[in-house]
Amino acid sequence: MADPMKIRAAMAGDKVEVKVLMSHEMETGQRKDSKGATIPAWFIQNVTATHNGKTVLSAEWGPAVSKNPFLSFRFAGGKPGDKVVITWTDNKGDKRTDEATVA
Amino acid sequence: MNTSRRKVLKGGGGAAVLGLAMVAGLFRSPGAWAADWNKAAFDTKSLADAVKAMGGVNPVESKDIVITSPDIAENGAVVPFTIASKVPKTESMALLVEKNPNILAANFAIPDGTEPWVNTRVKMGQTSNVIALVKADGKFYYASKEVKVTLGGCGG
Repeated sequence: MADPMKIRAAMAGDKVEVKVLMSHEMETGQRKDSKGATIPAWFIQNVTATHNGKTVLSAEWGPAVSKNPFLSFRFAGGKPGDKVVITWTDNKGDKRTDEATVA
Repeated sequence: MNTSRRKVLKGGGGAAVLGLAMVAGLFRSPGAWAADWNKAAFDTKSLADAVKAMGGVNPVESKDIVITSPDIAENGAVVPFTIASKVPKTESMALLVEKNPNILAANFAIPDGTEPWVNTRVKMGQTSNVIALVKADGKFYYASKEVKVTLGGCGG
């Protein structure tokens, strides 16, 4: 199981600004190890963010997203105390869900 | 009659079926995990092909899309980008790096109520044009910007 995400959600004007830092290798599949063998690609493919059960962002990622990915976005209709839930799935089927409370 | 032979045959048949099931399991495509991941789009090498794989044609250049990033990235492994769209009815926004092995880096679906604004970090193999591709009201729009990379992030 991968390490937990760091999620911050705070009001920015009338919107909720969410910042997420995920812990993932994001191996491209382009690199080779010391023996010259290609290191297989290993990266987050899908990210979904929900607020009160409604999807507020969904993303498809390729291996070009940086290691330990950072993501920030803003949505309307949230208020302090609300929960924001973020889930990612990688190309090996590993999954991680974490949540944060809007500050 | 030799009943033990019968048993062995039966048992052998069962094991074979089990073996087949295991092989089928092992060879399941890795893509099966993420059914909503557009593999065709992530395999493309050019803007035109990426747009095609997303079901569109002829993206139009737009001044309503803004890419914010450093002009010179010292480390290609981590280049921060903010893409924002003022195109009405923006449905999705993608970030593409022209000279990466595959052009599409990330694609974000923007539902109603979410600002067409995302900030993320991507890898760049070398100095390249970076394209923000926006789908709005079924049509595709784009903006591009050159980012110089002094140390690539895809080699090794």
